[in-house]
Amino acid sequence: MTTGDGALGTTDVADVPTTPEFHPTTGDRVFRTVATAAASVSLVIVGATLWFLVDKSRPAFKASGVWNFFTTSAWNPGVGRFGVLGLLYGTMIVATIAMVVAVPLGVAMALFINEYAPARLRAPLTTVIDLLAALPSLIFGMWGLFLLKRHLVPVSRFLSHHLSVLPFLKLDSSDALVGSSFVAGVVVALMITPIITSVSRDVMAQVPREQCEGALALGGTRWGMIRDVVLPYARGGIVGSALLGFGRALGETIAVALLIVPQVQVNTHVLKGGASSIAAWIAIHFGEANSLERSGLVGAGLALFLLTLVVNLVARVIVRRSAV
Amino acid sequence: MSTLTQPPKSDRPFAPGRGPRPAPGRSPRRRLATLEITASLVVAVGVATTANALGISGAIAIVAIGYAAFVAVVALIELTGTGARAGRVRARGRAARRTGEMHVDLTLEEHRPARVETRFAQPEAPALHTVPPPDDLPDVPIRRRKVGPDQVVEAGVAALAAAGVAEVVRVALHMQSLVGLTIWWYVAFIAIYFLLTRDHADAEAALDRIVTVLVWSVGILLIAVLAWLVTTVVTKGLPQLSWGFLTHDLAKTGPLDKGGGAVHAIIGTFEQVGIATLIVVPLGILTAVYLHEIRGRIAAPIRFIVDAMSGLPSIVAGLLIYTVWVSGHGFSGAAGSAALVVLMLPTMTRATEEILRTVPDTLREGALALGAPQWRLVQSVVLPTALAGIVTASLLAVARAIGETAPMLLTAFGADATNLNPMSGPQGDLPLFVYKLLFLPNKTQIDRAWTGALVLVLLVLILFVSARLVARRGLKRIGGTR
Repeated sequence: MTTGDGALGTTDVADVPTTPEFHPTTGDRVFRTVATAAASVSLVIVGATLWFLVDKSRPAFKASGVWNFFTTSAWNPGVGRFGVLGLLYGTMIVATIAMVVAVPLGVAMALFINEYAPARLRAPLTTVIDLLAALPSLIFGMWGLFLLKRHLVPVSRFLSHHLSVLPFLKLDSSDALVGSSFVAGVVVALMITPIITSVSRDVMAQVPREQCEGALALGGTRWGMIRDVVLPYARGGIVGSALLGFGRALGETIAVALLIVPQVQVNTHVLKGGASSIAAWIAIHFGEANSLERSGLVGAGLALFLLTLVVNLVARVIVRRSAV
Repeated sequence: MSTLTQPPKSDRPFAPGRGPRPAPGRSPRRRLATLEITASLVVAVGVATTANALGISGAIAIVAIGYAAFVAVVALIELTGTGARAGRVRARGRAARRTGEMHVDLTLEEHRPARVETRFAQPEAPALHTVPPPDDLPDVPIRRRKVGPDQVVEAGVAALAAAGVAEVVRVALHMQSLVGLTIWWYVAFIAIYFLLTRDHADAEAALDRIVTVLVWSVGILLIAVLAWLVTTVVTKGLPQLSWGFLTHDLAKTGPLDKGGGAVHAIIGTFEQVGIATLIVVPLGILTAVYLHEIRGRIAAPIRFIVDAMSGLPSIVAGLLIYTVWVSGHGFSGAAGSAALVVLMLPTMTRATEEILRTVPDTLREGALALGAPQWRLVQSVVLPTALAGIVTASLLAVARAIGETAPMLLTAFGADATNLNPMSGPQGDLPLFVYKLLFLPNKTQIDRAWTGALVLVLLVLILFVSARLVARRGLKRIGGTR
C-alpha cells in the first residue's frame, strides 16, 4: 500500500468525508502549527506537574526515605519524618463513603426526574440540579459545618448502635462523633450527588422512547421497564458519572478540611472523630509550614496526583467495557 | 417474531416486569390472611404499647385496647375490598386474561382499573388455575396509573404497622432518638408495604410500588436538603448584604467592627478568573480543533492527557503553580489565574470537542468542495456554527472556576486590603475571603463569610443563567441542522 500523497489510495475510504488529504496552503501550515502547539500545552502541563512535584518533594523523600514516605503514617517536620499512608487511606475512605451514599441517591434522583416526577416539574428540576452541580464545594462545606454536622450525630449513633457487628462502625460511648470520615463523606456525597444525577439523567433521557413504551405495552411495570430497558441502556453513562464523582470526592479539599478533625494515623472507625485526607491536609498545613514541611506536603500532593491518575485509568477501562 | 430487532444480550428472555406465576395448589387466600393478620397484630401491639406509654396501666385494659386495634385493622382491610376478596377477584381477572380476553381487558384497564376487574367477579366464574394458562401468552401483571383507594389503605396499614414496630423498638431498646426511630419506621414500612402488596397483587407489582416509594422518598429528601442549603445561604447572607459590603475591603476593619466588605475579594476574583478565561478559551478551542478537525499525529495521546487532567484534584493544580512559580516569585493573583488555567483547560477542551462533533459534516464538505483551505473552513464555517455552544461551555467553565478555593490558598494566598495589581503580592479572592473568615471565632466574621458565600452563589447563578440563555438561542439558530 502506498501511503504517499495518494488521496485516492486504497487505505482508508471511511476517512474521506471528514479528513480528506489536503495540499496545505501556507495559511493551513500556520494554522496547524498553532493548533498543535496549543494542544501540546496539555502535555506540557501534565509533564511539568510530574516533574516539579517529584523535584520539590525530594527533600522530604530524602529526609524520611521514599519507601517510608509512602508506607508509614507519620508527620513530624521537626525531625524530618513523613509518611502518607494514613492520609492516603483516609482519602480513599472519605471518597468511598461519599460514593456509597451518593451513587444510589444520584441515580434514584435521575430516575425521579425522568420517570416519576410530574412532567411539568421535569424541566425546572433538571435546571436546579445542573445549577447545584455547579455550586462551589465551599458552600457545601460551610453548610455542613454549621448546619448538617450536628444532625448527623444521631445518625452516627444509630449506625453504631445497630450495626456494631461491623468492626468499622463500632464506637465506644466516649468517642466523639463529629469530625469523622462519615460526616465528611456525607457532605461530600451531597456535593457530588447533583453531578451524578446531572450526568446520568442526561444519558437516561436518551433511551429510545419506543423501547420504554414497548416494555410497558408488554405489560411491564414501571420498575420492570426501568430495570430491563433504562438501566441497561444507560449503564455506561451511570458508571461514568459515578467515576467522575469519585474523582471529585478524592480531590475534594475545602469541604473536607472544614469538617474533619485532621489526624495522620489510620483510623479504621469511620464514625469516630479523627479523619484524614491528603487534599485537606495540604490546605490545613500549608499556611504555617516551613520549607521542609512544604516539601513533604508537595510529596503528599504527588501521592494524591498518582492516586487520581490510577483511578482515572481504571475508570477509562471500566467505562469502555461497560459502554459496549 | 416481533418488531424488537435487538433483544438485550442477557440470558433472560425479554420480558420486562414479568413476575413469577403463583404456584399451583397454594391457596392465595391463606397467604393473604396470614399476612394481614400479621400486619394487624403488629399494629395492635404498637397501639397497646403506646397506650401503655401514655399512662394506661393494667393488663386487661391493654389487652383490650390491643384487641380492639387488631379487629379494627382487619375490618378496615376487609371492608375496603383490598383483602382476600379483592385479591381473589384480581387473580380471576388475570386468569381470564390468560385465556384470551387480554385485548379487551387491557384497553379498559387503562382507564378504570378497579371497576373493570370487578366485572370478572361473578360467583360462577371459574376458580383459579382450573384453566391452565397457555404458555405462549405473556403474563400480564396489573399496572395502574393512578393511586386507587385500596392502595391508600395498604399504604396506610403499612404505615401504621411500621409505627407499631418503631414503638416496640422504642420500648424494647430504650431508643429515644427521633432520627433512629424514623429510620426504623421507614425500613419497617418498606418491608410491610412490600409484603402486603405482594399478596394483594403479585411480587412484581409490589416491587414496582416499593421502588416508586423509594424513588419518591429520595426525590423529596434531596430536594428538601438542597432547598435547605440554598435557603441557609440566603437567610444567613442577606442581612449583611449592602452597598457597603460591595464597596469596602477589610483592611481597616477590626475583628469586631461592623461594616467592612469584600470589594478586594470581588476585584481579585474578577481579575484572576478574567485572566484565566482569556487564556483558556482560545487555548481550549484550539486544542479541540486540533483533536476534532486536524486529527494530527499526537491527537490520541493529547486526548488521553486531557482526560487525565480532567481528574486532576484542584489542590494539585495549586501545588504545581506553587512549585513552578510561587516558591520563587511570591504569591500573586496571576499565579491564581495560572492554577485556574490548569483546572479549566480540560473542561473547556472536552466541552468544545463535544460541540464540534455536533457540527454537521455536510457543512464541512460544502466548504471543502468550494475549495476553502482548512483554516478558512474552521474560521468561517465550523466555529461560527458552534459559537453558541462554545460560549455556553466557556460560561460554565468560568462558573466552576469562580468557586475554586483550594488552589487559591497556595497561589493568590488572599489579603485583607485591596490589591489591584494581579502581577505581584497576595491578592484577595471571594472563596478565600469566605474560607478564611470561617475559622475566626466571632459572629460578625462568620456573618461576613455567609454574605461572601451569597455573593459567590449569585455570581454562579448569573453565569449559569446566561449560559442557559445563550444555549437556548443557539439551539434556535441551528435548530434546522440538528
